[in-house]
Amino acid sequence: METKQILETIRMIEEEKLDIRTITMGISLLDCIDSDGAKARTKIYDKMTRRAENLVKTGAAIEEEFGIPIIHKRISVTPISLIAGASQDENYTAFAQTLDDVAKSTGVNFVGGFSALVQKGYTTGDRKLIQSIPEALATTEFVCSSVNVGSTRSGINMDAIKQMGGIVKETAARTADQQGLGCAKLVIFANAVEDNPFMAGAFHGVGEEDCILNVGVSGPGVVKRALEKVKGQPFDVVSETVKKIAFKITRMGQLVGREASERLGVPFGIVDLSLAPTPAVGDSVAHILEEMGLESVGTHGTTAALALLNDAVKKGGVMACSHVGGLSGAFIPVSEDAGMIDAVNRGALNLEKLEAMTAVCSVGLDMIAVPGDTPAETIAAMIADEAAIGVINNKTTAVRVIPAPGKAVGETVEFGGLLGHAPVMAVNRHKSADFINRGGRIPAPIHSFKN
Amino acid sequence: MKAILTVIGKDNVGIIAGVSSKLAELNVNILDVSQTIMDGYFTMMMVLDLEKASTSFAEIKASLSEKGTVLGVQIKIQREEIFTSMHSL
Repeated sequence: METKQILETIRMIEEEKLDIRTITMGISLLDCIDSDGAKARTKIYDKMTRRAENLVKTGAAIEEEFGIPIIHKRISVTPISLIAGASQDENYTAFAQTLDDVAKSTGVNFVGGFSALVQKGYTTGDRKLIQSIPEALATTEFVCSSVNVGSTRSGINMDAIKQMGGIVKETAARTADQQGLGCAKLVIFANAVEDNPFMAGAFHGVGEEDCILNVGVSGPGVVKRALEKVKGQPFDVVSETVKKIAFKITRMGQLVGREASERLGVPFGIVDLSLAPTPAVGDSVAHILEEMGLESVGTHGTTAALALLNDAVKKGGVMACSHVGGLSGAFIPVSEDAGMIDAVNRGALNLEKLEAMTAVCSVGLDMIAVPGDTPAETIAAMIADEAAIGVINNKTTAVRVIPAPGKAVGETVEFGGLLGHAPVMAVNRHKSADFINRGGRIPAPIHSFKN
Repeated sequence: MKAILTVIGKDNVGIIAGVSSKLAELNVNILDVSQTIMDGYFTMMMVLDLEKASTSFAEIKASLSEKGTVLGVQIKIQREEIFTSMHSL
């Protein structure tokens, strides 16, 4: 081992904020289904607390021994619409409260999976779950919810999108005393993935094992620092530099995932190779793009810079671990990234540019505050645009917007912690209502017929 | 279990002696040592064997960090795998 390499690793962790963002335990709840809702919830609580009993403790022990921070320990579960659907309950909030109780007793930071997959249509369970979302998110602390409204194979469910516009607004209203915080825990997806360890969109797909461990890495600061050393050099060099550093970051994820999986006796699923920013200084994806030569993120060239970054991260990471999965790419949440917040405040970054960026990043319009009086149909139309980008381009896209109650453009919404703070951004004031009110389904694109 | 110990701080009398006597006390074997002055800072690295250590990793870590405070340097101990996995295939 060379001194230089040892010091490099230590510097990456201490100065450049390299960390493991999350170890997420995926737990299948399919064997907890019961026609009696209360019985199902007892089974859910028992299974989850048994499986995740040592998750937090093990994570802390690994942090201690390896000296690498593991920021979050989380649980994802089978979409609750599938589990609760067998019960006679009309409102599924009680299921969310059970998940919240599990989070409290196991000490995990979030539980994801208060979810429904309605890309083609609704089951009764899906319908009840979606209607319960505002109340569920207002009455729980640690539960995250997601709804998949489109996929490349099945097209876009415009009825679901119309409904979700209203659900987002209602969720904001129910959590108005916390500036619409509930919406920060609600993601609307197209092409949702079944092994994503990141919140708010994590759920445990039905094709997964009974219990599995997925890891999400992070480390935008490390990439930024590496690029500082190749200032002015051509993009071939930029891409190579990002690949090399992504390899190193991913190796950490692989090591921690394998170690945690051995100690917990749970199979190791995937490493999600994502660059996930935090509001902390030196932990920003926007600053990486600016390091490539943009005066501010959001200016012309941003989409190209992000495309290169997203691709190079994947290429570097793929060889560093046994199985890659989840979302894998660069995240561009606004409130969680100091550089994005600054760009919005200086007028360099708007919603339209962010939408373009989502065509080449790993997710979508993420953690964006919009005026509280934004109509539900406008939010639905934003979701439809994102879904279209995802469905046509064979990628995951998502919308996590917060119509901040009582706030207007220029004001700021404070969430605190990893969720950060968001300047309220302007939306297009022209109406999309007649478009959204058509309902129905947008058919699957021609390139989905691959058989 | 192997671990890497790093000591970084202002050069002073007795750092190596202080660290190695603490390790001996904990029954930790030193497999390799390298020491240099980088940018004016005393920088020492040790490869340790914790196989026969008299106490747990957490306690070794805590008592070394305490020793570091006394010596005016920063002492870290991390399992070797974090470095090998990052820098080698």
